[in-house]
Amino acid sequence: MELWNIFDKEWVPVGTWVETALQWVVDNFRFVFQAIKVPFDIVLTGLEDGLTGAPDLLMLAIIVLVGWQAGGRKLAMVTGASMIAIGLMGAWEESMVTLSIVLTCVIFCSLIGIPLGIMAARNDRFWTVLRPFLDLMQTIPSFVYLVPIVMLFSIGNVSGVIVTFIYALPPVVRLTNLGIRQVREDMVEAARAFGASQRQTLYKVELPLAMPTIMAGVNQTIMMALSMVVVASMISVTGLGQMVLRGIGRLDMGIATVGGLGIVFLAIVIDRISQSFGVSARDRGHKKWYETGPVGALRKLAGKG
Amino acid sequence: MADVEIECRNLWKIYGAQEKEALKAVQSEGLSKEEVRDRFNCVLGVRDASFSVNKGEIFCIMGLSGSGKSTLVRHINRLIEPTAGEIHVAGHRVDTMGEAELRKLRAESIGMVFQHMALWPHRSLAENVGFGLEVRDVPLAKRRKAAEEALAAMDLQGWEDHYPDQLSGGMQQRVGLARALAADPDILLMDEPFSALDPLIRRQLQDQFLGLSRKLKKTTVFITHDLDEAIRMGDQIAIMNDGVIVQTGTPEEIVTNPKDAYVAEFVKGISRVSLVRAKTIMSPLDGHNPTSKTVPLDSELGEIMDQFMDDQAPVTVVDTANSAVGIITITDALRALRG
Ligand SMILES: Nc1ncnc2c1ncn2[C@@H]1O[C@H](COP(=O)(O)OP(=O)(O)OP(=O)(O)O)[C@@H](O)[C@H]1O
Ligand SMILES: [Mg+2]
Repeated sequence: MELWNIFDKEWVPVGTWVETALQWVVDNFRFVFQAIKVPFDIVLTGLEDGLTGAPDLLMLAIIVLVGWQAGGRKLAMVTGASMIAIGLMGAWEESMVTLSIVLTCVIFCSLIGIPLGIMAARNDRFWTVLRPFLDLMQTIPSFVYLVPIVMLFSIGNVSGVIVTFIYALPPVVRLTNLGIRQVREDMVEAARAFGASQRQTLYKVELPLAMPTIMAGVNQTIMMALSMVVVASMISVTGLGQMVLRGIGRLDMGIATVGGLGIVFLAIVIDRISQSFGVSARDRGHKKWYETGPVGALRKLAGKG
Repeated sequence: MADVEIECRNLWKIYGAQEKEALKAVQSEGLSKEEVRDRFNCVLGVRDASFSVNKGEIFCIMGLSGSGKSTLVRHINRLIEPTAGEIHVAGHRVDTMGEAELRKLRAESIGMVFQHMALWPHRSLAENVGFGLEVRDVPLAKRRKAAEEALAAMDLQGWEDHYPDQLSGGMQQRVGLARALAADPDILLMDEPFSALDPLIRRQLQDQFLGLSRKLKKTTVFITHDLDEAIRMGDQIAIMNDGVIVQTGTPEEIVTNPKDAYVAEFVKGISRVSLVRAKTIMSPLDGHNPTSKTVPLDSELGEIMDQFMDDQAPVTVVDTANSAVGIITITDALRALRG
């Protein structure tokens, strides 16, 4: 062999190792991964059936009302216009599928990410261990773990949710951790001084004060989930992403544009609504949520009539 | 002797990982704060502090920034764990108390007021004030009533449903006081409650608190870095320096008889006119003829000075039965004024 070109030979067969290891996991632990799929499957199926099954106009009305409640009349108008645009372009069905995938992902990211963030804020050592994992999840190109995900979970919308979940989880953990750590020391001390337990301090003082930061994390998570839509369609996830992918495959600029615009409009709707949830009560003039929007209007009517 | 409500015995607090080792070294070798920091990377917060507070009295802890006042007061409700020493509150050993008992003590028997108010911005005033009752699962209606009463006691009726950021600093601290009083605790801990306020509001709140305190007779530990305030408020004053309580006594004792240079430096600028009393500066009658001018035993120096306005003849001090017990010359009075 030529000494000058020693790197012609593969000395460290990383690829083979990984493949063997993965194959071994698949052979022996597939049932574990199938079990993990179950809760994702249940939530996703429920949402998807609901959103696509409901009459289009009913869904439109619900989304506009949610927008109104979250951010007032102006937001209601923005959400209404965006959703109507999606419908008129003929991407309604697909956008409902994508919406249900994103919502499922957000539900699981919050359910798992917020408690993780709280634990990280309480325990410096846990945070030090957790951080490299979060960095890894965010920086590894998502294409890389598409393969193992498919091998472990097979293809389809549920696997798509899991890929998206892994990619979108870090921000909510990070910002929950940050939000809890940022709560002023004397706020927590005052709660303890008046006899609150750790749990009461968390629910009555720390979480409410950290909520705007946590909601910023949830918002980021949502945006990252949306950005995964096209990538996820490569493992047979349906919805708006699939339209874009199909357009690329067939060099059909029309369908790709419709899919792309659909994603943009959906992103506007979800982003604005989730940002409005994060506005603290102080900035809303200390009105309770049920005193504003359609619910507030209804209550006023009921009170007067 | 009066009933003791709060007592700390040989209390030590050393912040840092090696607190036990540092404690041993300090106790055996008498290291200074700086030596402890350099050798153990620990901060000496409180050093062998002992004091007791009688029921119904206002006990002021005075000292410069970093002298360990906040650290010391937080041991009374054990927001800070002592490194060594005993803490007794209302007959209970706080330092060995279990978690549940401690929470009950904090919620029911000890109210606390903080330097920067520490009101929760997401809770209305009623929710802030009723917090101590809320964590003990008192029903809403009862909580609300207690909060309304406590706010009314601080002249804040009608503000129940407002939020802390809608109030001025002085009002916020009145809410802080209302919150501390809502559960009707026997003990109040106040960590520089008025330091963040401007002088006029501060004076106002001091008066309001003194009035309230005379009525409610709460045992109060009051932290301040201002000797004037300590003298105005305190029945007893403890002076702290670098974690050590250097002197404890009544305002008059501290001012007329400072124990060391540190305390003397503090009391230098303090006016004695309303502090020094006739009984401390009078000399025995010793054959002097009682004069026609008389003052009672505990009249203040200011009143005695008034007696010298028209003529300089000595003043006779009389007891409650109106019999002469001592005499004060103008020289005595001037000397007392100068300190
Ligand atoms: N959590 C902590 N960790 C380490 N050191 C601390 C901690 N809290 C206080 N200290 C140190 O203990 C000493 C006493 O602090 P403390 O806050 O009790 O002083 P203070 O008299 O209340 O001062 P101030 O008037 O500024 O409030 C200081 O040297 C401070 O640096
Ligand atoms: Mg302090």
